[in-house]
Amino acid sequence: MAFVILMFFLIALMIGAAIYAIVQKDLLYAVIATGVISLILSALFFLLQAPDVALTEAAIGVALTTIIFIITIRNTVRNEDEFKDKDDIKSAVK
Amino acid sequence: MSLFEIIGGLFIVLGSIFLFLGGLGIFRMPDVYNRLQAGTKATTLGAMSVIFGVGIIQLENDWTWLLKAMIILIFIAFSNPISSHALARAMCKGKAYPFIKSKDKDINAYKEFIDNQKMEEE
Amino acid sequence: MTYIIYIALFFMIIGLSLSAVRFVKGPTAGDRVVALDTLTIIIVSGLVLLSYVFDRFIYMDVALVYAVLGFIGVIVIARYLEGAL
Repeated sequence: MAFVILMFFLIALMIGAAIYAIVQKDLLYAVIATGVISLILSALFFLLQAPDVALTEAAIGVALTTIIFIITIRNTVRNEDEFKDKDDIKSAVK
Repeated sequence: MSLFEIIGGLFIVLGSIFLFLGGLGIFRMPDVYNRLQAGTKATTLGAMSVIFGVGIIQLENDWTWLLKAMIILIFIAFSNPISSHALARAMCKGKAYPFIKSKDKDINAYKEFIDNQKMEEE
Repeated sequence: MTYIIYIALFFMIIGLSLSAVRFVKGPTAGDRVVALDTLTIIIVSGLVLLSYVFDRFIYMDVALVYAVLGFIGVIVIARYLEGAL
């Protein structure tokens, strides 16, 4: 019973972080929220007794995804409102 | 309960209280630097205490738990101050001013200090 | 022994909630990164405690990977905020 309560708490936290990442206009904050999602998802895989999946999720989600997204933000704009033309993707590249 | 369980349980409860205090400090402190202080130091002590307690509890069955716990503990002791230092350096270069009480508003002292530090590096 | 585990998990859940509130509220980017760091450390210690509860030796590897890799994201974001990446 206690583990069910812990699992529902973690699921609620993860859904809150996901909604925050969608709503937020600043893309750096959205990347940090993605890191939180990956962290809690790994803990959920651990609670469901799948440590191999949790290990892969930890290695990829924490390190690799954050680095690639940060390099992408470095090369484009940080705020969503700074897009010159929303339909043209090339206008975001500096 | 055996002796190992009593000592290990004491470590675990003490460490979890320190983890809670780290979260409370993150929530209550007024400034980036104060939050960094509370959220990194108290949490490092709490995590080390919990992991060491788990190693102590399993000592009567299997001593290799303590070995792996010591490896995790050494990695936490290396990696946590590094991230804290890098973040504090980035905040100082990004001109985040420290929190000052409203009684003595002398923010210009810090402003002058940080600006001088930036100019010296350029 | 069961009550000790419940007490420890209760304190960890309160710490997680307070850090999550600071993550949503925090005015600058530094506050959010500090909240992410605190969440990482609390979850690492929680995973070690749960590996004792499940009584499997191999489950501690997940916590080991987190302790090794968890700070890389924080360092990359800090270098980006500094403008030196």
